[in-house]
Amino acid sequence: MPPSLFLEQILNGVQFGLMLFLLAAGLTLVFGIMDMINLAHGSLYMIGAYLTATFVGLTGVFWLGVLLAVVGTALIGMLLEFSILRQLYKRDHLSQVLATFALILIINEVVRIIWGSQPLLLSAPEGLSGPIEILPGLNYSAFRLTIIAVGLVVAVGLFLLVNNTRVGMWLRAGASNREMAQAMGVPIKPLFTLLFGVGAALCAIAGAFLGPILAVQVGMGESILILAFVVIVIGGIGSIKGALVGALLVGIVDTAGRAFLPLLLSQVASPEVASNLGPALASILIYLLMAVVLFFKPQGLFPART
Amino acid sequence: MRYGPILLLLGLLLAFPPIASATGLEFYTGLLTKLMIFALAAGSLNLILGYGGMVSFGHAAYFGVGAYTAAILAREGVSSAWVIWPVALALSGLLAFLIGAVCLRTRGVYFIMITLAFAQMIYFLVVSFKQYGGEDGLRARRPDFGLFELSDTTLYYLTLAVLAAVLYGLYRLVNSRFGRVLQAIRENESRTAAIGYPVYRFQLVAFVIAGVLAGLAGVLMAHYTEYASPNLLAWQQSGHLMMMVILGGVGQFWGGVLGAATLLLVEEILQDLTLYWQLGVGLILLLVVLFAPRGLAGLLRRRAG
Repeated sequence: MPPSLFLEQILNGVQFGLMLFLLAAGLTLVFGIMDMINLAHGSLYMIGAYLTATFVGLTGVFWLGVLLAVVGTALIGMLLEFSILRQLYKRDHLSQVLATFALILIINEVVRIIWGSQPLLLSAPEGLSGPIEILPGLNYSAFRLTIIAVGLVVAVGLFLLVNNTRVGMWLRAGASNREMAQAMGVPIKPLFTLLFGVGAALCAIAGAFLGPILAVQVGMGESILILAFVVIVIGGIGSIKGALVGALLVGIVDTAGRAFLPLLLSQVASPEVASNLGPALASILIYLLMAVVLFFKPQGLFPART
Repeated sequence: MRYGPILLLLGLLLAFPPIASATGLEFYTGLLTKLMIFALAAGSLNLILGYGGMVSFGHAAYFGVGAYTAAILAREGVSSAWVIWPVALALSGLLAFLIGAVCLRTRGVYFIMITLAFAQMIYFLVVSFKQYGGEDGLRARRPDFGLFELSDTTLYYLTLAVLAAVLYGLYRLVNSRFGRVLQAIRENESRTAAIGYPVYRFQLVAFVIAGVLAGLAGVLMAHYTEYASPNLLAWQQSGHLMMMVILGGVGQFWGGVLGAATLLLVEEILQDLTLYWQLGVGLILLLVVLFAPRGLAGLLRRRAG
């Protein structure tokens, strides 16, 4: 196997992992601080992608479209929190699962009513559509490199927000002990609404940048939602650091598994078996990873509550 | 339990197929068969979710494995139901034993996620077998029972008999010593352990029973559609079963049955009315969560008492 192919797959894994991190970060904070299972998080990702496709089509400028979509999705997220999700904080996990599952159904249908059931076309901005040579002999998609850069910038920004600002301090206090934080004067209600807005904005960024690579269609949120849950469970619920490590792990293991497992299998088994079993094993790999992590560390890699 | 309404319902269900075929409504016999199959699956989930407090997000695995075992055996030339049924039940039970043995070491959200993870593994594994249909699913002839021909009508009665027997068994089970201990574990695990009950073993047994019953529902599903679909194994199916239990009432004896019947009927009616039926289902589910926290069974019970 040529080393350039290997490097390319690792970069793909990092790129996917960083986008997963954007989704998982919001999810893990909502989960860790509000103790709320929000299945509709994936729907915000879908809304982000649809809004991006629409605004890019309207304005003709990719970055402006992304900006408008991020703002729009954040507003929708805060509206959802304010109108419905706020009623669910005091309820048990099962009610939250049912209610947010209902929201998935509702949002999917509303999206289908507004945009139709055909997938939307969202293409990478023109200047970034070609490959560039990052190492001698290794060409890599400029758009994917941009995604990595955006992911890194947002990740750093989020870490600064959580670790170095007053709001971040409130968030961390809420994650480690909600009642105590409230008793010490943290304004929980506006904080939760704000947090939802930030989570929705992160979803929109992921949707905007994964849209051109995957597909902008109804149901795109659910498959990635499961992956985001796997990430936060591996990382430890409520921990941003855990979400980052988990997301990179899942991204790289998943991408590399899909690329290399069939190759590896064909060395030891017949081509027919390898082509059948390879993709299946690759899909299973991340769930296996999660099961193994939970077996040895039942609270995830970086538990937020000690 | 009051037997009057139950006997009445049983009588109505028994009399339904001849009335339906006399009035040209055979379609509804099939629909009722489907309702009863899902009532069985949801009832099995209610045993561990409602009475055991184990929120399994991977219950579709046993449902689907039951269906696929029936379909694969039929494809391999096994035609006798007396072979297919025991093998399918044993396999789903074994699977539940293995998965439960690992998952029951975790708690809370982690339990939800790890059961989901295992179900996903089963899903991808089954889909990878191209000779058994892969993502297209597998057609399966109905098996031979020897005693009777398995037509739509006899399948209806078979399903009814299985459901009635299982519900009776579950009723006895949740009110037995075993059931009491299971509920005690749900209410306070450390206390139950301190009294001296082997918590892990009790939970595992319940988990396996639920797995076998879900497998049974899967077998019936394969007979009903004459087809094993990968959708039966997908995580959305686990979610669907969970919706039924929560909608009906978690840990209410009739919760699973009531939830399955209501959700499927609502879906069926809305699909007839509009292309955007999921919007209606979503709105109804949302209203139930916000205004009927203990599910439909809880709502009925409050009205009654």
